[in-house]
Amino acid sequence: MKKQYDIEVDCANCANKMEVAANDTEGIKEAKVNFMTLKMNVEFEDGIEEKDTKKIMKTVLKNCRKFEPDCEIEF
Amino acid sequence: MFKGMTRKQRKTLIRILIGLVLFLSLHLAEELPLPVQLTICLIGYAVVGYDIVWKAVRNIGHGQIFDENFLMVVATAGAIVLGEFHEGVEVMLFYQIGEFFQSYAVGRSRKNITQLMDIRPDCAYIEQGDELVQVDPDEIPVGTVITVRTGEKIPIDGVVVEGESTLNTAALTGESMPREVFPGSEVISGCINMTGPLKIRTTKEFGESTVSKILELVENSGFNKSNSERFITRFARIYTPIVVFGALIVAIIPPLVRMGLMGLAPEWNDWVFRALTFLVISCPCALVISIPLSFFAGIGGASRSGILIKGANYLESLSKTRQVVFDKTGTMTKGVFEVVAIHHAPVDDQKLLELAAHAEAYSTHPISECLRRAYKGTIDTDRIESIKEHGGHGIVAVIDDCTVIVGNEKLLKEQGIKGMFCHSHGTIVHVAVDGAYFGHIVIRDMLKPTSVQAVQALHQNGVRETVMLTGDREEVAREVANELGITDVQSGLLPEDKVRIVEEMMAKTKEKEAGGKHRSILAFVGDGINDAPVLARADVGIAMGALGADAAIEAADIVLMDDDPLKIAEAIRISRKCMRIVRENIVGAIGIKVLVLVLSAIGMATMELAIFADVGVMILAVLNAMRALRVNSL
Repeated sequence: MKKQYDIEVDCANCANKMEVAANDTEGIKEAKVNFMTLKMNVEFEDGIEEKDTKKIMKTVLKNCRKFEPDCEIEF
Repeated sequence: MFKGMTRKQRKTLIRILIGLVLFLSLHLAEELPLPVQLTICLIGYAVVGYDIVWKAVRNIGHGQIFDENFLMVVATAGAIVLGEFHEGVEVMLFYQIGEFFQSYAVGRSRKNITQLMDIRPDCAYIEQGDELVQVDPDEIPVGTVITVRTGEKIPIDGVVVEGESTLNTAALTGESMPREVFPGSEVISGCINMTGPLKIRTTKEFGESTVSKILELVENSGFNKSNSERFITRFARIYTPIVVFGALIVAIIPPLVRMGLMGLAPEWNDWVFRALTFLVISCPCALVISIPLSFFAGIGGASRSGILIKGANYLESLSKTRQVVFDKTGTMTKGVFEVVAIHHAPVDDQKLLELAAHAEAYSTHPISECLRRAYKGTIDTDRIESIKEHGGHGIVAVIDDCTVIVGNEKLLKEQGIKGMFCHSHGTIVHVAVDGAYFGHIVIRDMLKPTSVQAVQALHQNGVRETVMLTGDREEVAREVANELGITDVQSGLLPEDKVRIVEEMMAKTKEKEAGGKHRSILAFVGDGINDAPVLARADVGIAMGALGADAAIEAADIVLMDDDPLKIAEAIRISRKCMRIVRENIVGAIGIKVLVLVLSAIGMATMELAIFADVGVMILAVLNAMRALRVNSL
């Protein structure tokens, strides 16, 4: 399953760090961050259902904040 | 001044201004006793940099030692400890100014580019009774009749049911080519209704309409990252650790060497200060921001010219295009047959077309459609008594009590009529009436007006080889190729043959350039519907004439919104300019940083120079990246 989220982050390098952090999160197959449009495209692992995504995205945000305390993901 | 800033940016700006005042007063306070100076300095530092210090502390807790906040805190705090108050505050101040500028400039460019691309209509109108009611386009079901007044954008794809007008397609194609529409015309969203109100029955949902698809495509282009971006991301990850280790070495090794081997004073302060300047230069932000920004600006600029590029990677590939392979019909030619000549007719041309059009009245063959179009009058079906199709050869019809034969040479022979042979290129349609030869009509698929120029422009822009692949007959293919100045042409091909030929060409180039770094790129240009497999297989697939064709937008990497083949060369020029800017930014930013690193290692760089290498370079790179947006002069 693929979903797109709006994100908030100040610098391009921080956006790259968010991408790394998101990719290291369990349940995420691939995450890509587009700093120019402030969007994150997430592909969840197979078998992940709609109801689980929110929980996974919470972990993603938590992991991202370890790198960039100011960042925000809308989900 | 505060216009267009976020709250966070305003707050940062105020902090920077306070910091700046304190920093300047520090200059005037040199006569004051040290504790006073130190107090002013610390207040200034706290105002400007408290969030950086806080982030640094937090991130250390998460094990992020190469975090730029942390490095900045080490550099500035170190300078203050060494008694260099000015430098300490100055570095923090300019670091914040740089961050502020980056956030502001990127926000502005983001807005500029998206505004430029924003062809999204805000609302749609539905007539209810005598009133026009404003509705969110997202909520309009397929089949609704919407009203579009003069000067408004068409919000959703559909068919005109009432009204006549002229549409301006500039927002989609980059060219203001007016298009006439009347009841029955298909219209696509994003066009501006110019001359009269229209009622349109929608054929798609808003989300599936052309305008939404295009916006989605350009917005998502940033996810297809180019090699340059990947390189910079990788570089950024190793750059900071390397510079930090460099700083450690500069701080420790030379003083030890001076002490141990040369018997000199270690001068710890001097070397530590040099190491601190290293840390100021350790942030890779200038690089990391300027590359995606350049691509985003390039893609945004191209979309204004009616060239949609689906990703930075395609823009990068396009700039290396050396071979261009074309489809013929619909790409270099208009894809519509036209009557170009009428020969040996004993009656006037219009009368002959009238007969032919009536004989072909019910056929859906492209040639029949062309004859009906060429005969400008209306077809009176009462005049047609009977029509008999002779499979693939033509038609024998009885019209106005006369037997009319319209068809090829074979049909003529079959019917025992002696016709005239024709040397003209194209498809020849013979006409005979009641056994007498009435001459022939020459029909051709005409070249687009810019096709010849387009091929020349490609060669002027570094394309070495142009090839035409077509499913059409050899004579027709040769003729078109001659007119275009293309020597390499293959005809009678099925879609899978085209795939095979393109694959062979790419394999050959790869073999020839084995070991070479810059592989030449092969671009295939097709009309997007029947060429989908080749478009997908080629290095770069360019689809023509996407106005209304969803399949083209899906299959291709690059979409030319208005059938114009001249846009291929323009797209290549845009990609070259963008890549030049990307290279300038990579080489410039890395170059200046390395130069200042070397200078500070040998003690020739001041803190100011280090700040320039960090903040100044970033500002220059961002400004340079924005040049990619300007594609009009290309």
